[in-house]
Amino acid sequence: MTEPGLPHLLFIGAALFFIGVFGFLTRRNLITMLMSVELVLNSVCINFVAFNRYLWQERLDGVFITIFIIAIAAAEAAVAIAIIIHLYRSHRTIDVGAAEDMKH
Amino acid sequence: MKTEWMVMAILLAVLLFRLGRGLAQSTLLSLVQLLLLLSTALSLTGDSTTPLFGGMYLNGPLAAFQKSVLLFAAWMISLLFSDWQRESSHLSEYLILLLSSLLGMCFMVSSGNLLMLYLSLELATIPMAAAANLDLGRKRSSEGAMKLILSSAFSSGVLLFGISWVYGTTGSLDFGVIAKGIDGSPLQTLAFMFLFAAFAFKMSAVPFHLWTADVYQGSPMPVTAYLSVVSKGSMAFVLVNLLHGMFRSMSGAWYHLLMVVVLATLVVGNLFALRQQDIKRFLAFSSIAQVGFILLGMTGVRPLGPSAVTYFVLIYILSNLAAFGVAALVSARTGIEDIPSYKGLAKSNPFLAWMMALSLFSLAGIPPTAGFFAKMFLIVEGAWQGDYWFVVAAAINIAVSLYYYMRIVRLLFSEPEKSIPTLVPAPSERLGLLVCAVGMVLAGLLSWIYDHISTLN
Repeated sequence: MTEPGLPHLLFIGAALFFIGVFGFLTRRNLITMLMSVELVLNSVCINFVAFNRYLWQERLDGVFITIFIIAIAAAEAAVAIAIIIHLYRSHRTIDVGAAEDMKH
Repeated sequence: MKTEWMVMAILLAVLLFRLGRGLAQSTLLSLVQLLLLLSTALSLTGDSTTPLFGGMYLNGPLAAFQKSVLLFAAWMISLLFSDWQRESSHLSEYLILLLSSLLGMCFMVSSGNLLMLYLSLELATIPMAAAANLDLGRKRSSEGAMKLILSSAFSSGVLLFGISWVYGTTGSLDFGVIAKGIDGSPLQTLAFMFLFAAFAFKMSAVPFHLWTADVYQGSPMPVTAYLSVVSKGSMAFVLVNLLHGMFRSMSGAWYHLLMVVVLATLVVGNLFALRQQDIKRFLAFSSIAQVGFILLGMTGVRPLGPSAVTYFVLIYILSNLAAFGVAALVSARTGIEDIPSYKGLAKSNPFLAWMMALSLFSLAGIPPTAGFFAKMFLIVEGAWQGDYWFVVAAAINIAVSLYYYMRIVRLLFSEPEKSIPTLVPAPSERLGLLVCAVGMVLAGLLSWIYDHISTLN
C-alpha cells in the first residue's frame, strides 16, 4: 500500500464531481439536485486544497478560494431553498416533473 | 472604482429608505432613475486605472466604458418598466436585488483574478434568481426562478472545476501569471473546456441554452429584460477579456471550439425563434441567436475584437430593450403576451408599433439602423481568421432571422381583427423608448462612437 498522494486526491475530486453531475442530471427531486450541486462544489474544494498542499505550497491561494467557495455555496443554498419552499407552496410538490408548466 | 462606489451608494440609499420610514413607490423610483442617470453620466468621464487589492481589481479605459454601458442599460430598464415597478408590492427589494447584481457585474468586468471573478459572478447571479421569483402569485415565476438558480449553481460548479485545474497547472489565480503559464497542455485544454462550458451556460449559447426560454417566460418583464441584456452583455465582456487575454496563446485550440458553438447557436436560436408564439419566448430565442453573433466576433484574435463586442452589446441593449419595453407596456395594460394578438397594433398605437418595428429592424440588422453596423463589425472580426465559409454561414443566418423579425412587423401593420385599445405610455416610458430609438438610428450614423470605443482598447 503506497502513501496516498496527489493522484489519489485528484481521483477523489474528479469522481465526486462526476457523481454530482450524474446526480444533478438524473434526480427528479429538487432537494437532491441541490445536494448534487453541493457535491460538485465540494469536489472542487478537494482539488484546490490538494493542489495547494502538494504543488504550490509557497502561497495559500488554493486554501483561500476554498473558504470562499464554502461561504458562497451556503448563500446559494439559502436562496435555492427559499425558492424551492415557495415552489412547494404553489405546486404542493418538489418534483421537477411537476414544475413543467412551460413547454418548449 | 468610481462606478462601483456610485452603484454602492444608490444601493445603500434604497436600503436606508426601506429600513426607515420609506418613500412613496413613485418617488423612490424617480429617485433611483435620476441617480442611475447621474452615475452613468459621471462614469463616462473616465476613471483611474491603477490596479487595486494586489491586482485583484484591474480597470482599463475599455472596462470603464463597458461599465458605463451596463449602468446605462440599468437606467433604461428603470425607465421602461415603470408600469410593473410602480405596481409591484416589492419595489425596494426588486431595486436592491437588481442593483447588487449590477454591482457584481461591474466588479466582474474589472476582475484581475479568478477568485474575484468567481465572487463577482455569484454576486451577479444569485440576486437575479431571487428577483426572478418576484411575481410571487404566479406559479410560472417560481418555476422560472427554480430553473435559474439550479442551472446557475450547476454552471458555477463547472466553472470552479475548470478554475481548479487552471490553478493546478499554473499555480496562480492571477490573470497575468496564468497567461504566462498557459502552454496548451492537454490538461489546460480540458480546464478551458470546463471554463468555456460554464460561460456558455451563463450566456445561453447552444448546447447550454435549455433554461433560457423558461426562465425568460416565467420571470417578471424587467427581470427578463435585465437577464437578457445586462447579464448577457457583462458575460460577453468577461469572456472576450478571458479569451483575448488569459487564453490568447491557446487560440488555436479555442477557435475551432468557438466555431462549432457559434454555428450551433445561430442555427438553433433561429429555428426555435421561427415557431414561437409567446413574445417573451420569442425574444429569448432571438437573444440566443444574437449571442451567436457576439461569439462570432470573438473568434478573430485581433485588438479590435473587444471593441466590436462592446459596440454590439451597446446596440443590442438599445434595440432589445425597446422591444421589451413595448412588450411590457402592452402586457401590463392589456395582458396580451402572444404574438398573433399584436395584429394591427399600428392602427390604435402607431407610436408603440413604430418603436417595435424599429427595434426589430435593428435586431435583424437592416442598414439605416445601428444593428447593421454592429453585426458588420463582428463579422469583419470573425472573417479575419480566413475561414470565409464560416462567415458566409453566419451571414445566411441573418437572412433566416430576417424572416421571423419581419413576420412580426407585418402583423403589426396589417388590419386588426380585434381592436387593441389606445395605450398611453407613462412619461418615463416614452422617454426611454425615444432614447432607444434615437440611439438605434444615430449610433449607426455617427461613426465617431465606434471610433471612440476602438481607441479605448
